[in-house]
Amino acid sequence: MLNGLWAGILLASLLAGAATGRLDQVTNALLAGGGEAIELALTLGGAMCLWGGLMRVAEKGGLTALFARGMAPVMRLLFPGLDPSGPACRAILMNMAANLLGLGNAATPFGLKAMAELEKENPRPGTASNHMVVFVVLNTASIQLLPTTVATLRLRYGAASPFDILPAVWLTSLACAAVAVTTAKILGSASALPRRPAERGRSRRKRASGRSGGRAA
Amino acid sequence: MAAILAAGVIKRVPVFDEFTAGAADGLRTCVRILPSLVALLTAVAMLRASGALELLTAAAAPLAQKLGFPPEVVPLALLRPVSGSGSLAMLENVYATYGADTLIGRVASVLQSSTETTFYTIAVYYGAVGVKRTRHTLAAAASGDLCGIVLSALAVRLLMGG
Repeated sequence: MLNGLWAGILLASLLAGAATGRLDQVTNALLAGGGEAIELALTLGGAMCLWGGLMRVAEKGGLTALFARGMAPVMRLLFPGLDPSGPACRAILMNMAANLLGLGNAATPFGLKAMAELEKENPRPGTASNHMVVFVVLNTASIQLLPTTVATLRLRYGAASPFDILPAVWLTSLACAAVAVTTAKILGSASALPRRPAERGRSRRKRASGRSGGRAA
Repeated sequence: MAAILAAGVIKRVPVFDEFTAGAADGLRTCVRILPSLVALLTAVAMLRASGALELLTAAAAPLAQKLGFPPEVVPLALLRPVSGSGSLAMLENVYATYGADTLIGRVASVLQSSTETTFYTIAVYYGAVGVKRTRHTLAAAASGDLCGIVLSALAVRLLMGG
């Protein structure tokens, strides 16, 4: 999926660049993109080291285990079958906490740690497990309690009370996360992994449901 | 952060050793996601330079109007899933042109706050662990983003009276 998307974006850029007569800029961007990525990796690298280190200290100090116990009901609902006190759940929880607090720089290192732990428990390495999809979707829909960056910008551009958007932000981001996770759950159970030959019956059903799903979309 | 350190010291964790071990892990992850970052940022830079977003905006504006979504915010909605810094720059542009306390400014604010850089997140998270087949991730994430576009306009009208 990502392969097609990436190739599509590149081709669309080249075509649109040719159509609008901006091919020069497109080639310049092609050459600059790599440098930007290295710069981003360097800034991200500092945060990754800091939060990676702090998380290990928190883990050894027993803090994440305590937090994980409190959040176990939520985790069982979102990730059924995943050990609520295991390393994967702990990393997921730290990621969610960082996201809620708007600490974007901290959320990524925790998120990547969580992905690594989920991949360890993945029955089919290299293919996303249902847990991974739900987790990634939670991050793309990101529930934010305090959009500080946006509020700062609004203040600078003369908003009377920059945080008056909060109720609308909460409503929208919560609803979106709910929609995205529900979609992930539905599609996840519809495409139950056809793995062993004994499951062939199920895989046929899956293909049928996939077709009807396509029509509905 | 203080709580983390305090808990570590009380439990007699060798905090410095553990911190550096974790930091090394972080650095390794960073190196592992670098190839995906290069691929992704190059594509986004090309897309922004090509004018494809402007073409798409023109195409999507009538549809947006039907959904009650201000057409002025369409470029932001298109850029938001692919580029975090790019969409922030565009948000500033919206504030400068239309004001931060207008319907347009508010819808843009809510949209920016309640959605994420979807494609970046997907590419980096899966890239870090070498997962190639992402199955229904993109579809589910896109449903969330679409919901954000529809609801941000609706929520601003409902809760803030436009």
